[in-house]
Amino acid sequence: MRFSKFITNLERKQMLNLLSTGKRIDGRDLYSYREIKIETNVIERAEGSARVYLGDTDVLAGVKIDVGEPFPDVPNEGVLTVNTELVPFASPAFEPGPPDENAIELARVVDRGIRESKAIDLAKLCIIPGKKVFVVYIDIYVLNHGGNLIDASALAALAALLNTKMYNYELVGEELKILAGYQPLPIKNYPIAVTFGKVSDYIILDPSLDEEQIMDARLTITIDKDKRICAIQKGIGGYFTLQQVRDIAKIASEKSEELRKLVLSECK
Amino acid sequence: MEKSEKPLITEDGLRTDGRGPRDLRPVKIEVGVVKNADGSAYIEQGKNKILAAVYGPSEVHPRHFALQDRALLRCKYHMAPFSVQDRKSPAPSRREIELSKVIREALEPSLFLEYYPRTSIDIFIEVLQADGGTRCASITAASIALADAGIPMRDMVVACAAGKVDGHIVLDLNDIEDKNGEADMPLAMMPNKGLITLLQMDGLVTQEEFKQMLELAMEGCNLIYQIQKKALKSTFIKTVEEV
Repeated sequence: MRFSKFITNLERKQMLNLLSTGKRIDGRDLYSYREIKIETNVIERAEGSARVYLGDTDVLAGVKIDVGEPFPDVPNEGVLTVNTELVPFASPAFEPGPPDENAIELARVVDRGIRESKAIDLAKLCIIPGKKVFVVYIDIYVLNHGGNLIDASALAALAALLNTKMYNYELVGEELKILAGYQPLPIKNYPIAVTFGKVSDYIILDPSLDEEQIMDARLTITIDKDKRICAIQKGIGGYFTLQQVRDIAKIASEKSEELRKLVLSECK
Repeated sequence: MEKSEKPLITEDGLRTDGRGPRDLRPVKIEVGVVKNADGSAYIEQGKNKILAAVYGPSEVHPRHFALQDRALLRCKYHMAPFSVQDRKSPAPSRREIELSKVIREALEPSLFLEYYPRTSIDIFIEVLQADGGTRCASITAASIALADAGIPMRDMVVACAAGKVDGHIVLDLNDIEDKNGEADMPLAMMPNKGLITLLQMDGLVTQEEFKQMLELAMEGCNLIYQIQKKALKSTFIKTVEEV
């Protein structure tokens, strides 16, 4: 994922020079997001879907709901599964085949935010305790890799969940009978992932593809609706100082508000 | 799977294994335990039993993976099928793939990889018994194994988790606390300059609790760092005596 694009030394120098004046190569300041656009209900066949554009990044999330067995340790809860596909047409760095470590990490970071914030009320997805529950599959397709896939994917997943419809049903013995009409998926929380990059000693929000090539380290903090931290992931070899981590946690908390407002207004 | 019916923290503030909230589990480290490896280490932290072995710098296989300006660092974290309550399939799980990646990225900043272009350095971590906090213990062990292999480094990397259990901020979570607690935050650092090379968290905590956890985890790292350094030094003292 790191070397999906080559950056010349000249470009690197220019980017660093700009950062020292508090600006970035695409004109943003250090703690701004690129333009975000959210479209919902883009795939009719899916129970829920959303497409998120974050600058040049383009991510599509689809939700499918199935009936399956619960995990033995939580027999009264539905199951959540997040999967991401880094399909080869989205970037020269993506290769065909089963998900690689980058795809797995991406899926697990998105999963952790949704799971730990208890965004989906899984207890309401139980049909017959220990036997039958609803399984929520979130599949995330990256359609164009323009940097910061984590935030875009987490946003797309949340937007897709917010407009997911479940069919009404009744139990006949142990079988499900599908009835007319739909109900929304029970959502309790709105986790927002906020990702920072560290270039030299500068901390930048929402790194673009160019910036990702010269980035030393990455830190994602996921914030829930009550401003609590529900997931953290540091990525790429590189380090942060204690002060940097503290600052990042603070900025993440502020920025998450902006994004949450945007998703909620788009998913009304 | 173990489920605790008892409270995770008693009224006296003691934990399921009798520790106070800011206590580490007993840590035992041995260096040079795998004869064939260029460097190796064995760590016991509570009931965790983990082996780490390092091979390299050596020729890269397959060759097209070689990097022209530095060594290729590879890491494989693996859990033995018998290391947990229910047998774990030996095939790499998604969790193991993610952990291999974050462990590699936690160790990478400590190494002068640019000294060995076009070579590979391979780290193999085998969890023989797991008891919560395996990624942290693995990083601590792998870093000594790298030192034992004589790979130049800026500092050793040491890791320790802090978390929230029954409303208390605690150090070095065991398996039961990890599964039933509110939050678990593994942290790895290079203690000399206090640089954080791994930070993950799952759970729900406030900003204030997060700050406390950060400080506690770093404190824990510093404690383990002393044990780590002692273990490494003692092997070299032994070597000198043999000579």
